[in-house]
Amino acid sequence: MTRYGMVIDVDRCTGCFNCFLACRDEHAGNDHRPVSAAQPAGHSWIKVQELERGSFPKVKVSYVPVPCLQCTDAPCMRAATGGAMARRADGIVIIDPDKAIGQRDIVSACPYGAVFWNDVENLPQKCTFCAHLLDDGWTEPRCVEACPVQALVFGDLEDPTSDVARLIAQKPVEALAPVPAEPPPVRYLGLPTRFVAGEIVLGDGSEECAEGVSVSLRKGQQTFTISTDNYGDFEFLGLEADTEYVLSIEHAGYERFELHWNSSADPNIGTIVIERAG
Amino acid sequence: MTQDFTSCTNVGPITVTVKEGKVVRVRPLVAEPGDFRPWTIEAGGRRYSPPRKFNIAPFVLSERDRLYSEDRIRTPLKRVNFDPKGERNPESRGRVGFEPISWDEAIEIVAGELKRVKDAHGPSAIAAMTSSHHNWGNVGYKMSAFSRFFNLIGHTPVLDNPDSWEGWHWGATHSYGFYWRLGMPEPYDMLEDALQNAQMIVFWSNDPDSTRGIYTGQDAAIWRQWLKEKGVKMVFIDPFHNYTAAAMGGKWIAPRIGTDTAIAMAIAHVWITEQTYDSQYVADRTVGFDEFRDYILGKADGCPKTPAWAEEQSGIAARTVKALAREWASKRTVLSSGARGGEGGACRQAYGTEWARMMVLLQAMQGLGKPGISIWGTSMGAPVDAGVWFPGYGDLEGRISTSRAAAACPENPVAQRLYRPIVPDAILNPPVHWLGEGFCNRSLEQQFIPYTYPAPGCSEVKLWYRYGGSFVGTMTDTSKWVRMYQSPKLEFVVNQDIWWSSETGFADIILPACTQLERDDIGEWGEPGGQTKHGSSGCNFRVVVRMKKCIEPLWESKSDYEIFTLLARKLGVEAAYTEGNTERDWARKIFEISDLPKRISWEDFERKGYYIINAPEQRKFTPGLRWFAEGRACDTPDPRNPKLGTDKAHELGTYSGKIEFVSESLEKAFPDDAERPIMPHFIPSWEGHQSPLASRYPLQLLTPHPRYSFHTHYDKHARWLDEIPLHRVVKNGFAYWPARINPRDASARGIENGDVIKLHNDRAAVLCAAVVTERVRQGVVHSPVSSAKYDPLEPGNPRSVDRGGCVALLTPGRMMSQNVPGMAPNSCLVEVEKWNG
Repeated sequence: MTRYGMVIDVDRCTGCFNCFLACRDEHAGNDHRPVSAAQPAGHSWIKVQELERGSFPKVKVSYVPVPCLQCTDAPCMRAATGGAMARRADGIVIIDPDKAIGQRDIVSACPYGAVFWNDVENLPQKCTFCAHLLDDGWTEPRCVEACPVQALVFGDLEDPTSDVARLIAQKPVEALAPVPAEPPPVRYLGLPTRFVAGEIVLGDGSEECAEGVSVSLRKGQQTFTISTDNYGDFEFLGLEADTEYVLSIEHAGYERFELHWNSSADPNIGTIVIERAG
Repeated sequence: MTQDFTSCTNVGPITVTVKEGKVVRVRPLVAEPGDFRPWTIEAGGRRYSPPRKFNIAPFVLSERDRLYSEDRIRTPLKRVNFDPKGERNPESRGRVGFEPISWDEAIEIVAGELKRVKDAHGPSAIAAMTSSHHNWGNVGYKMSAFSRFFNLIGHTPVLDNPDSWEGWHWGATHSYGFYWRLGMPEPYDMLEDALQNAQMIVFWSNDPDSTRGIYTGQDAAIWRQWLKEKGVKMVFIDPFHNYTAAAMGGKWIAPRIGTDTAIAMAIAHVWITEQTYDSQYVADRTVGFDEFRDYILGKADGCPKTPAWAEEQSGIAARTVKALAREWASKRTVLSSGARGGEGGACRQAYGTEWARMMVLLQAMQGLGKPGISIWGTSMGAPVDAGVWFPGYGDLEGRISTSRAAAACPENPVAQRLYRPIVPDAILNPPVHWLGEGFCNRSLEQQFIPYTYPAPGCSEVKLWYRYGGSFVGTMTDTSKWVRMYQSPKLEFVVNQDIWWSSETGFADIILPACTQLERDDIGEWGEPGGQTKHGSSGCNFRVVVRMKKCIEPLWESKSDYEIFTLLARKLGVEAAYTEGNTERDWARKIFEISDLPKRISWEDFERKGYYIINAPEQRKFTPGLRWFAEGRACDTPDPRNPKLGTDKAHELGTYSGKIEFVSESLEKAFPDDAERPIMPHFIPSWEGHQSPLASRYPLQLLTPHPRYSFHTHYDKHARWLDEIPLHRVVKNGFAYWPARINPRDASARGIENGDVIKLHNDRAAVLCAAVVTERVRQGVVHSPVSSAKYDPLEPGNPRSVDRGGCVALLTPGRMMSQNVPGMAPNSCLVEVEKWNG
């Protein structure tokens, strides 16, 4: 039995918006009943979010495409009444464009903002994985076809040889927050996490970058240590959210530097000048 | 019942689904899997092969929206207070509206005016100007149907300036030749070379995720993913943390605008003082190094070009420049300094020639052409079968105006020329003078030809025929275009276009053309031919597409070819124009002179709609400039290299045949030019952070190419793009153009993210939406050029505030330097304030 799913590789996504525009081309003005009514302006059935982190010049940018996640235990389905929503045998969650008229609760139930309200039709609408095309023999939705870097991988979760099943088996896929109890059919690789980065400069009056300076990051009893690179830069990735961290720099002959912060936010570190001891 | 048609846009081939006469879907061209034979590159124990698909640019997916856009010009139109037999009221152009007229009346007026002006003043009084790339195809492209008509009746053509790569055209050619590529290096096998050999890529003023090999869509995006996964280190030098930097990560170095040349010289200083340059290569393959070394070391002017000196100019720490220089010298490093290897905003500013030349010279110091040491944009240079010939629009054979596919090709009898960036100056304040024949692809000396308008024996222009697109959003100091249109010197103005563009409303008569989905044509994806021959190596597969007429022309529009045919009929020259051919006939004739009939019949091509020219299974690896580095005859398939097949085939296109630190061609032409000296110099910008003007306008405006539109095409006409928040920012129902500003500059002015702000200087004022971001350095405002929406609050007033985002209104009209007629939009000072209007 086929069960469709998708892995979205944020590390690969370049933010080109091909997925958004392919979706718009497929659905704007095109009625695909029974799975979807035409998509009006203002809807992003796959919404690409640009997330910027850090501060100049240590900036990171991620693009996170968010379609309907086809949740295994879908809050929108619980909010729907009168048979307005159903899950197909292949796992795709469908809003019935005729029965769902007037049901705004379907929009507000979605914790991911993936369901949109059509003011004119008085209708909640969302991504269907292009179910009308899959039913017509297509192997992938329009967004996946249009992706130039295979950041969207689509296929049958039940088929262990499919690309999507292999990715889920082999890679550290995650669910988008808020993480549901049951993993949804749409999962992610490389979701942005907290990081800390900076440049260390030795206050020795030289014009040289501080390469090879030892930088430690402590979280509770755990300590991670790296060395600065040829630009004097250091970077710790994959920090946990809302956690107390201590960054310390120790370099022979120089004063010790220490920074405490809580990773509810990215610290603005910039350039750290460490002065000679004594 | 649906039917699929094939077509090709300027940034990707497509399959168009039509249902009951209406286009319902536009998707990347669907080809049979068996038609693809992907190439394989082996590197580092891995095999790299592209997927069997075509990766088009984002905006191509809005083609359907653009096709049915409310901005389509539906009928022929006449300005309400224009009377060709009475009052013409030219000063009201842009201020008053239009009324529909019939095609008969429109053709009668336009043909009548062409005849009247030609009879009274000669053909030089007729000028006709195109934009670039508002369509695609060997028949319909501007140099084809348009040029055939205007060559037939005679006209003053407008020479294009190399607007996207000025410094490379007017500078780098004098360092390493390649004038036949307008200053770009040859792209052959650069991907394979990089995958196998590169250890680092320095992206200097280059954002290939935005510029995409110009016409080759997003096929190269996966190459960069491969290089990233392979661990190739990436460095980005750009005042804006650009989209490729966002996708790739790596080291970001953000200099002040106008100081890149100083950083380049400081890198050379490190290499010279630490002896980490390729001295053997410099001795064997270059000339003039000793003089260059003395300049860098300060022996000539007492100013050593040290990293500390560069820090004062650029704001980049000396230590960082040193570390970069050392890493560059210690690794096999690709210099990625623009979409085609060259280009980049750093070459579109005051003295941009100097930066472009320094890019060539830096790589010369590291052994340009040796494995992994190249000038490569990362968006051309896949394996291709260069042996299968299909002409691009840049090839004489690829246009119906000059091809042997035609029985006869009329020649334009007029010697007079206009020059695009200074057209309004020429019309308003003649005479004007400039140097260079626009795109100078035949010789270095072509850049030095002096021109004057009006030319001796020629008339000033009285009739202005504008075709496809607008320059208000792309040239410099563009409110002068508005002033030009309102001049009585232009007795008659026609605008022939598909959509309402920024110049359309300044016409007397408007002729509605149709899109390429409504006419027949043929074209190879990504292949301009000519001076960008084998540009389609930016695609993973060469593909020639039969561009089918998918639907009948909408409303009352007609194809450009049909419009010119009607005018030719009225003027009594129809037979000479068409030779009895339909557009489909011409497409077939172009097909027949190409190599395709050896591989596929016209009937099969017509039925399938495309032909994929796969890379050969047995390939010969001939990377660009390897021959030069190794002192061999050129072995790349660069058809325009004039030394190919001669006893000088091992030489470059410079006078010496080598890379010239001191240019022999400039020494001959301009030995005493202090603004483009025979050897590159760092010269502070005439409008930069140190200019006196900076006290009033302290922010530097950076206007690179946009990512989600192309020139002024797709923006405005495809409203779907307004919903891409990185393309436009919708506020109070209006889609503003974004201007990115550093948080410190924003807070100093009380500006918050999303505020409507006014960018202004003495030239103009433009409203944008503020995007407050750490991705732009302090002191710089980033706002792409190419807004298609010129929306003056007071229509017709050239001094009006524009709310459409045409930041080109703000940029200086001054040419790059005294003998270099290149535009310099990135030398632009502005102030920014919150708009409370």
